[in-house]
Amino acid sequence: MTDPAREGVITGIGIVSCLGEGLDAHWEKLRAGETTVDEVAFAPYSVHPICALDFDRQIPKKGDQRQMEAWQRIGTYAAGLALESAGIKGNSEILARTDMIVAAGGGERDVIADSAILSALPGAANPDALLNERLMGDLRPTLFLAQLSNLLAGNISIVHGVTGSSRTFMGEESSGIDSLRVALARINAGQADIALIGGSYNAERKDLLMLYEFSGTLLKGGYRPVWARGPNGGMVTGSLGAFLVVESRAHAQARGARIIARLSAVMSERSSRKQDPVAPALRTMWDRIASRIRPGQAALLSGASGAEPATAGERAFLAEHADIPVRATGSYIGHGMEPSFPMNVALAALTLDRGRLFAARDPTGFEKPMTDALAQVVVAGAGYWRGEGLALVEAA
Amino acid sequence: MTSARDKAGRPIVVVTGIGVVTSLGAGKADNWRKLTAGESGIHSITRFPTEGLRTTMAGTVDFIDVDAMSAPRLSERLAEVAAEEAVAQSGIGARGRFPGPLFLAVPPVELEWPQRIEIAKTSGANNAINYDDLLRVSAKFPAYHDRFMFGSVADNLADTFGTLGSPISLSTACASGASAIQLGVEAIRRGETDAALCIGTDGSVNSESLVRFSLLSALSTQNDPPQGASKPFSKNRDGFVMAEGAGALVLESLDAAHARSAKILGVVGGCGEMADSFHRTRSNPDGKPIIGAIRNALADAGITPDDIGYINPHGTGTPENDKMEALGVMSIFGERAKNIPMSSNKSMIGHTLSAAGAVEAAFTLLTLEHGRLPPTINYAVPDPAIPLDVVPNVARDAGVKYAISNSFGFGGQNVSLVLAREPA
Repeated sequence: MTDPAREGVITGIGIVSCLGEGLDAHWEKLRAGETTVDEVAFAPYSVHPICALDFDRQIPKKGDQRQMEAWQRIGTYAAGLALESAGIKGNSEILARTDMIVAAGGGERDVIADSAILSALPGAANPDALLNERLMGDLRPTLFLAQLSNLLAGNISIVHGVTGSSRTFMGEESSGIDSLRVALARINAGQADIALIGGSYNAERKDLLMLYEFSGTLLKGGYRPVWARGPNGGMVTGSLGAFLVVESRAHAQARGARIIARLSAVMSERSSRKQDPVAPALRTMWDRIASRIRPGQAALLSGASGAEPATAGERAFLAEHADIPVRATGSYIGHGMEPSFPMNVALAALTLDRGRLFAARDPTGFEKPMTDALAQVVVAGAGYWRGEGLALVEAA
Repeated sequence: MTSARDKAGRPIVVVTGIGVVTSLGAGKADNWRKLTAGESGIHSITRFPTEGLRTTMAGTVDFIDVDAMSAPRLSERLAEVAAEEAVAQSGIGARGRFPGPLFLAVPPVELEWPQRIEIAKTSGANNAINYDDLLRVSAKFPAYHDRFMFGSVADNLADTFGTLGSPISLSTACASGASAIQLGVEAIRRGETDAALCIGTDGSVNSESLVRFSLLSALSTQNDPPQGASKPFSKNRDGFVMAEGAGALVLESLDAAHARSAKILGVVGGCGEMADSFHRTRSNPDGKPIIGAIRNALADAGITPDDIGYINPHGTGTPENDKMEALGVMSIFGERAKNIPMSSNKSMIGHTLSAAGAVEAAFTLLTLEHGRLPPTINYAVPDPAIPLDVVPNVARDAGVKYAISNSFGFGGQNVSLVLAREPA
């Protein structure tokens, strides 16, 4: 048992997605069962685009904005919202000892430069020499810094002054799960008092869509909610940014912070996807919290991506807990890869804060209605190709 | 028997296995012999054509063959070589069954030019090729999916070594290797595990990665002779030299190591970090984050600056890094700074980037074990602004009880480790 004073509590949330910016905007759309999806710009793939953001509000210096690509701007913006929500933005004493763990992939490529180089190479007398020459001439010197995985954290240090520590985890969905798991473990063990955890994802990129198209895991032919995609379904990715401020209960109380929800457990696993994907790992983790779950007051947010066979594996696990109503957040915000799990934990905290589960968005009837008061939300995260996680979030 | 807890009451974390591969060779023996002989592993690049590039040398690892060459593929292979050596030395677990988690410092992964060009050719587009053309035929390349996922290197290593739980892939830029060790230390101190496999690896020298650093004016351009390019702390230093390699440590709690009568090779006494909010590629001119990271490591280890007998610096050979690092060291150690030997492994092996923190921690542990300090080679023109003992050009014997290993990276990353010969 964790010492109650060292229990992890969520005191700050910063979220941006296709649903909008901040907690109220997200809640309004979730309650109404609405989403925004672009089926045209990247056809035959669908993408949930990021909402309109006034970056000046969280990244005041234009020079800083210019040094970032979209994923970093989205993330730095969401991190600012989270610090604001926790009431520690600009509090240099706390920020200087705030632990930061960011879940990140890689930054945008310059698709125009890439295309121009690819177009020039076939006609070149010496393609190797031309490639070197064009890379030296066509790449913006600072583009590298907008691509490096750890430079989202670097930008958050620069723009918001978070300097206690700075670690970046990589590896698709698992990076988001493990960021939260390690941060909570540090807080529970007294290795840290307060942490900023999260990440961002820009789905509106053909260079990234290409990576998933290698394995044919993208949904084609128009958007459908996650559970309605069937055995030949796939992912619809979504741009989003999500950051959480998590601290020990004692630290939150001492500074008079409002506790939005309790982060009671975060676990991660890695199942063999060649054998029985996803479900065994989720069962193993579920067993560790099963005695604490109170059906009737509990719901589950699934981060299922729609990709198969992972989604079917997760669904098999969920079907074993028919007394726990499920919502697939991917039907609303798309699959956000690295920050997907922190985002869903944020939505769980939001849901608990509002007291009731939001609308089902599922024509298949797998998502059951629920009107009773909520006390617990389990967050399930199954990576579309590897890695599983489970979190228990409870009402403050 | 030594107490198994440190001054703060936490489990003492010891090293029971060390593995290393660099441009000097594979394995501790070969690396240590060449490192103490002052040999350089830097050479002219043959992996790809360098026509039109400002920098044409690097410390690539060319003696290890991999099929289907790519940065993640080579990074994975280098990590395997280092981890095999470390795990074998420690004698922990059973083959393919490591009893703890994996913490892997690995370069960010992305599709590379050979693959991009291959896909463009397959698209059949003749001119004005764009990403729509590439997307149209991408499904014909399923193997590229797993290879170019960020988690793929760690996933394969977790299968090979049978580590437990979700493997952590991490990046703190050029401090990554040290961060991997730090995460392992913290997990053992929390009592989550008795052992951890911590690896830093980097096999990412290709034309675009070289161009990226070149465009930031970070690389030495003194290509001839390549062995002379990396000149840390010299007045004529002109940038770092990209390099490849891997370092692996098996960490265990002292209790667990004692319980299985494992040979203890060294102790990770403390870890410190502090992020820099000043600039994306430059250190705060007041040196505060570097000083803070080192002080935090000393405090974490429960020792004072007076206890330190050797510094394995980040020492990249860029004008900025070496100046700022020396400033930090002088600020912490004061008058004593001049008498603390501080030699840069990078003068010989170049900057192994994501691997550097792990490779250099491994070399620091060997330095403590052998009681011999590897030199800073290519030290011909002293920099009066850096009046420190850089162990110029020739190795020498010195018994050291505590050493510091520094790692700094783009994005304001600063990590410092305190390594010791024996438990305090």
